[in-house]
Amino acid sequence: MQQTTDIDPLVRARGLTKSYGHVEAVRGIDVDVRPGETFGFLGPNGAGKSSAMRMIAAVSPVSAGELRILDLDPATDGPAIRARIGVCPQEDSLDMEITVRENLTVYGRYFGLSRAECRERADELLDFVQLADKAGDSVEELSGGMKRRLTIARSLINRPELLLLDEPTTGLDPQARHLVWERLFRLKQQGVTLVLTTHYMDEAEQLCDRLVVMDNGVIVAAGSPQELIAAYSTKEVTELRFGAGEHEAVASKVSDLAERVEVLPDRLLLYTDEGEAAAIAVHERGLRPIAVLVRRSTLEDVFLRLTGRTLVD
Amino acid sequence: MELVRRQFDYWATTYRRTWKGSIISSFVNPLLFLSAMGVGLGGYVDDSSGPQSLGGVSYLAFLAPGLLATTALQTAVSESSFAVYGKFKWNKVYSSMTATPLRVVDILNGNLLYVGFRLATTCAVFLIVLAAFGVAGSIAGALGALLSAVLVGMACTTPVFGYSAWIKTDAAFAVLFRLGLIPMFLFSGAFFPVDQMPDTIEWLAYLTPVWHGVELCRGFTLGSAELWPGVGHVGYLLVWIAVGWLWARTAFQRRLVEASS
Ligand SMILES: Nc1ncnc2c1ncn2[C@@H]1O[C@H](COP(=O)(O)OP(=O)(O)OP(=O)(O)O)[C@@H](O)[C@H]1O
Ligand SMILES: [Mg+2]
Repeated sequence: MQQTTDIDPLVRARGLTKSYGHVEAVRGIDVDVRPGETFGFLGPNGAGKSSAMRMIAAVSPVSAGELRILDLDPATDGPAIRARIGVCPQEDSLDMEITVRENLTVYGRYFGLSRAECRERADELLDFVQLADKAGDSVEELSGGMKRRLTIARSLINRPELLLLDEPTTGLDPQARHLVWERLFRLKQQGVTLVLTTHYMDEAEQLCDRLVVMDNGVIVAAGSPQELIAAYSTKEVTELRFGAGEHEAVASKVSDLAERVEVLPDRLLLYTDEGEAAAIAVHERGLRPIAVLVRRSTLEDVFLRLTGRTLVD
Repeated sequence: MELVRRQFDYWATTYRRTWKGSIISSFVNPLLFLSAMGVGLGGYVDDSSGPQSLGGVSYLAFLAPGLLATTALQTAVSESSFAVYGKFKWNKVYSSMTATPLRVVDILNGNLLYVGFRLATTCAVFLIVLAAFGVAGSIAGALGALLSAVLVGMACTTPVFGYSAWIKTDAAFAVLFRLGLIPMFLFSGAFFPVDQMPDTIEWLAYLTPVWHGVELCRGFTLGSAELWPGVGHVGYLLVWIAVGWLWARTAFQRRLVEASS
């Protein structure tokens, strides 16, 4: 990892904890988000990603530990922090009773922008997320993906230095996802620091410079996508699909062909640096899988290794 | 105050969508009630019981300020029950506001100011109708009645804000309407003097904010207001506003911040 200790992080958390009564959603995490980078929280449902994000958004109070955002304390400087960040919550909180454009202009006013600025910004942002032709429609008429894009546009109304996106592309079709990725990439190039959560490993790999893998309220690994894959997985993976229920039995017959074998309900994963060779060796042992796939390791494999579970269930 | 002012455009946008309907109903409702109950029923009451029974005033003049105060009650409840609950539950307006520089108290106060505005306009229109019937009192009296109506309206608003932020399901509104709104509407002295009722009910009526509002409004339109009882009514209503506001702030805080989900 590069040494950037001379630059103050935009977000700095030490032992950050969130509890709701008896439920401990975040159990002591350390995070540094540096200026200009895209930082990800990757983890399954209930890992504590949103709880962490809401604390970083200076909305939800910290239960224990230390948190500084833009070198300010969210407990005392909430309004000043929120004035400089953008937040796209997991659940769209758009106003269904007013128009698409009004959702942006009204929101800009909360940040103290003039009416003229709000109008100008709203039009720019509607172009940016390709919703200009929907400006006068009521939000109710928008599709789920359009609502998501509008929520992202709204989070940008105040030209934030730091943008927090909680599952920006969940529920979007592939085309809409790629549009969002492309837009987020543009923001990054403009120097905006992004913090996002996702349970899509391809999203994390595409967008994040660094990420943490969360499970059960704790960070189980941290680093760049490449570093994580190098540290926790092999170069390649050979996936074998047999008939239902056969996987356990086959696993013992091939365990010497790979560094590690994972048994999933629907397939067998052989972790090896030579995927093709492993596939051939399986064949030579007289085993006849229904399907064979050799692929590169992904963050999904890292996650499986770290937690024993798949990410998207 | 600056953070409250920033919400003006939101509330103006919301009001623009509904103002025509609300102005029309603010005219039509008093017209119907005053014609049917004030003139129709009132003529009957005045004929059968004589002018002394209501302290020498016609039933129409007795009823008019009572209706003004109960209109404030109804406006207050309609602007702070489903309207508030829905902004937590269905149309997540408050939640979206918490991600901006606005604080929870600013969000609460902005919405309360809007309700104050709705009360003022609805009651002002009501007083215009009363003036057409000749029962709005002097100009000073009508202005005093308007302020009193807004005051009693706010005394009903802040506790209902607390209630709406506190309940878990909207079924709880049935309880509020049956045990709070309807009894207060009927038994707070708007339609008949409360001393007509058994003592316990009479004393319950004195506890409600609406009875104090009715007394204030009536004192102003009839020109019979007296200083010290008036100060007592105003003070009592201010206590309701303050206690309701504290409850509302706690409930908003809990709903928007502590259990943010
Ligand atoms: N407001 C709340 N009150 C009580 N418990 C909560 C609340 N919000 C979250 N939790 C609990 O905290 C844990 C973490 O939830 P959180 O929403 O942070 O997870 P997440 O990683 O964002 O999950 P997802 O991928 O499903 O969005 C869960 O067990 C959840 O039930
Ligand atoms: Mg979440």
